[in-house]
Amino acid sequence: MNEILSQSIFFGIAITLVTYEIGLWIKQKTGKAIANPLLISVILIVAVLLLFHIDYETYANGAQYISIFLTPATVSLAVPLYRQLELLKMYPKAIFGGIIAGVLTAMVSIFALSLMFGLNHEQYVTLLPKSITTAIGMGISEKMGGIVTITVVVIIVTGILGNILAETICRLCKIEDPIAKGLAIGTSAHALGTAKAMELGEIEGAMSSLSIVVCGILTVISVSIFANFI
Amino acid sequence: MKYVKQLSIILGISFLAELLEILIPLPIAASVYGLVIMLVGLITKLIPLEKVETAADFLVDAMSIMFVPATVGIMASVDALKEMLLPICVITVVSTVLIMIVTGRVSQRIIRGQRNRDTAAGAADTDKEGR
Repeated sequence: MNEILSQSIFFGIAITLVTYEIGLWIKQKTGKAIANPLLISVILIVAVLLLFHIDYETYANGAQYISIFLTPATVSLAVPLYRQLELLKMYPKAIFGGIIAGVLTAMVSIFALSLMFGLNHEQYVTLLPKSITTAIGMGISEKMGGIVTITVVVIIVTGILGNILAETICRLCKIEDPIAKGLAIGTSAHALGTAKAMELGEIEGAMSSLSIVVCGILTVISVSIFANFI
Repeated sequence: MKYVKQLSIILGISFLAELLEILIPLPIAASVYGLVIMLVGLITKLIPLEKVETAADFLVDAMSIMFVPATVGIMASVDALKEMLLPICVITVVSTVLIMIVTGRVSQRIIRGQRNRDTAAGAADTDKEGR
């Protein structure tokens, strides 16, 4: 099986697209955040690879051609951000103030807890970019010497968690302003949280998607400082 | 042919960003440089929005799929994951909740402060409608 497939380029590409499509279908049927297409796709692929004793390398041989589009896709994030620039101009203080406070909270809480658990540098930098969009977070983890695959999983789990908890937390902590809600959700739970913010309202959704990029860029800067602490 | 033109702008910026990543000794990934270049290009109108919009929207829309191959790599990191499973769970839950609360409360305080000042100054308050 391995010998035949390892010569195939399209095995990795096809299985990725097909399983993702199945994930999309399950998400549409259930409508639950936990039914995340990315997560479902990964689980299905891992199951198939293990079941048929196919090496990761055999899969990656073709799948790498999907990964290379990550950089242009991240570059393209500038387009939705540009469309929301007007919003940014209206409340610059609230937006930057809130997001900077959020990014610092991320850095300090992850640093303190990592210290408590006695994590080493590799494990610590793996977790530092956990609340930002996967595209930027992956790059940070890789550059800092973290375990990129774990970073990706933690980022997705964070997003699902934020998506599920957002409404409850906003209610309990009396975060009522739609702008504040959107910023809180986007800064803590990136794109997966933004899906929930869009359900809450248009302002929440726009603010949340704006936070993804602003928070991502601010995190790049702060991680390069905080990474030196452990 | 519209896609070819648009993609060549986006991929050209990606290439430029890669060069910057190699040349600048900072721990910043190429994609972040590229994102900033594209944003500056759009703001300065050097890159008109409609010249990249269609392809960019497509790439952003399909972005989740691009994370699949890297995440499947978790197969090779199972041992590292097991080793730090408890810290991962605690850190993920605690920091996500804290970030959400702090960001929300801080921005809400700033917005309300700004609104109060606006009302005090006698400015017509149209923002309240959104609430």
